[in-house]
Amino acid sequence: MNEQEKMRTRAKELHAAGIIKQVLAWEAGAFPSYPAPAFFTKPNAFEKIVYNEFCTANLSKYVINITEKTLIFLRPCDAHSFAQLVKENQVKRENTYVIAVGCEGCVQVDEGEARDLLESCRTCTKTDYPLFDEEINTQNNPRESTNKAARFAEVTRLDSEENTARYAFWQAHFSQCIRCNACRNICPTCHCKECVMDSDHPLDGQFYHAIRALHQDGRCTDCGQCSRVCPRGIPVHLLNRKLIYTSNK
Amino acid sequence: MQSPVYTCSLDNVTQLINRIAEKMPVYGDFGSSKTTLSPKGFFLPALEKLYETAKINDSYKITPAPPENAPFVLLGIRACDAAAIEILDGVYLNDPIDPQYKARRHASYIVTFACETMGANCFCQSVNINPAAPKGDVKAWVKNGTFFWLAQSEKGERLTELLLDLLERTIPAGNDLLPVEPPDSAPALPLPADMLSAFNAPVWDNLHRACIACGTCTFLCPTCQCYDISSHECTENSEKTHCTRQWDACLYPGFTQMAHGNPRPSKKERFRQRFMHKLVYHMQKYGTSACVGCGRCVNKCPVNMNIVKVAHVLAQEEVNAYV
Ligand code: SF4
Ligand code: SF4
Ligand code: SF4
Repeated sequence: MNEQEKMRTRAKELHAAGIIKQVLAWEAGAFPSYPAPAFFTKPNAFEKIVYNEFCTANLSKYVINITEKTLIFLRPCDAHSFAQLVKENQVKRENTYVIAVGCEGCVQVDEGEARDLLESCRTCTKTDYPLFDEEINTQNNPRESTNKAARFAEVTRLDSEENTARYAFWQAHFSQCIRCNACRNICPTCHCKECVMDSDHPLDGQFYHAIRALHQDGRCTDCGQCSRVCPRGIPVHLLNRKLIYTSNK
Repeated sequence: MQSPVYTCSLDNVTQLINRIAEKMPVYGDFGSSKTTLSPKGFFLPALEKLYETAKINDSYKITPAPPENAPFVLLGIRACDAAAIEILDGVYLNDPIDPQYKARRHASYIVTFACETMGANCFCQSVNINPAAPKGDVKAWVKNGTFFWLAQSEKGERLTELLLDLLERTIPAGNDLLPVEPPDSAPALPLPADMLSAFNAPVWDNLHRACIACGTCTFLCPTCQCYDISSHECTENSEKTHCTRQWDACLYPGFTQMAHGNPRPSKKERFRQRFMHKLVYHMQKYGTSACVGCGRCVNKCPVNMNIVKVAHVLAQEEVNAYV
């Protein structure tokens, strides 16, 4: 049985047993390669749960402030984000029932076409799930990551450049920022009730990203969602990866 | 009188563009698809200064930002975006007329380009826009290896005049002169007949939950037009200030925030507003959908929540399956 079938079955069983009230998973979108996160509350809707390489949106952020016992499916990157949210008191662990689900990486879709694996998946080094109640098909996940060198390759490449070249690299990217809030709002550890970026004095892209990177320092789980969602292709995650790299040393 | 159709060989298109560029800035090209960002920023910049104030003795001097009326050309605008510019015109050029918008809009020459194929996320045809028949001052298309050029307005004729020695006039010969129409492969927008009552549909309760309220859809949308205005102190004691306006999004909590509170208190109402505005309110006021089917929001929503999906869910008989 593949993950999707098992997920639907367990959702039904856990709901029937009264253990959970709702399910947080993905449902098929209007286009086949565009599944969206969704809350399911009625058992007859559990058949709509999908799980495939196009489920690029992580679910952990949606558990912030939930009050009903919720079944949530987490992949390794998402499980680390979830654990961080529990640590930061953004969600009560007892309001969740976590199923760790096996992961072979997600695919970036652009203009309806499946591209490469996501950058965050190509450089992912997470193999474990910090918190879970049960597992589905996790036996196929790598036990030992083969991406350790790839993870910091771009960081060290940038480090080896002259200051001016590095500055030019970031300026070229930040000048493309349209100051939407995609990176902030998808980020599992961006959860302030009020954000300095929401003041009515608009901040430019460079300032915005500098503040955000520092605010996520020590909390960023390196899930890569910020870069995945940027409509301008800014490698937002590299800023925090650099901070992680520096504090690891 | 209908303007004549002109042609030139594909090799000479660069020459045409260079000729225009000698007179005024040219943005865009006759590329293979629509642009990631919509052209709205040329008329409604993401951030612009509206006016400055200076304190002189006991009074204030207000200096409005000078109107930007230097001519420029937008090249390769697709049918969806050309329709979107008309939608913005309806809002910004009708009473109360927006002077900044008007200056830029009047200074612009829009050269459109017919689509021969549909992008994977395009659904202009579902909102009654013909991708092969874009509006604009000039419409261009390619057929059988030949580049075609047709002025559709007085401005367009002025552009044509710059190029007469590079173009060849063609005698109309029926279909040979029309762009190839792409097959309709677009997803339908199966809207319920009574969209207004969709306002109270229970589906919104659950549908909005996936939306992370990032505003990406609104910033990329060629017809999303809302802005926010703020004042900035440049020196202490308000001796000098300036006032800016910047894009805003109905998805943001500060949108329509007023002294008494917010008439759209939660994400549900804000999320609903975006789709009701596009599909219902604009239709009621102007007679057309404010969605031109460009598919940008479909392509870039971080969580794959989009207008096509919303339409499908609203139209579903068994809507309660989701609730
Ligand atoms: S980096 Fe990208 S996603 Fe983030 S605010 Fe800028 S444009 Fe938006
Ligand atoms: S619909 Fe998508 S792009 Fe628009 S605000 Fe919501 S999450 Fe962002
Ligand atoms: S709502 Fe989406 S598809 Fe419609 S015009 Fe706006 S960005 Fe394009």
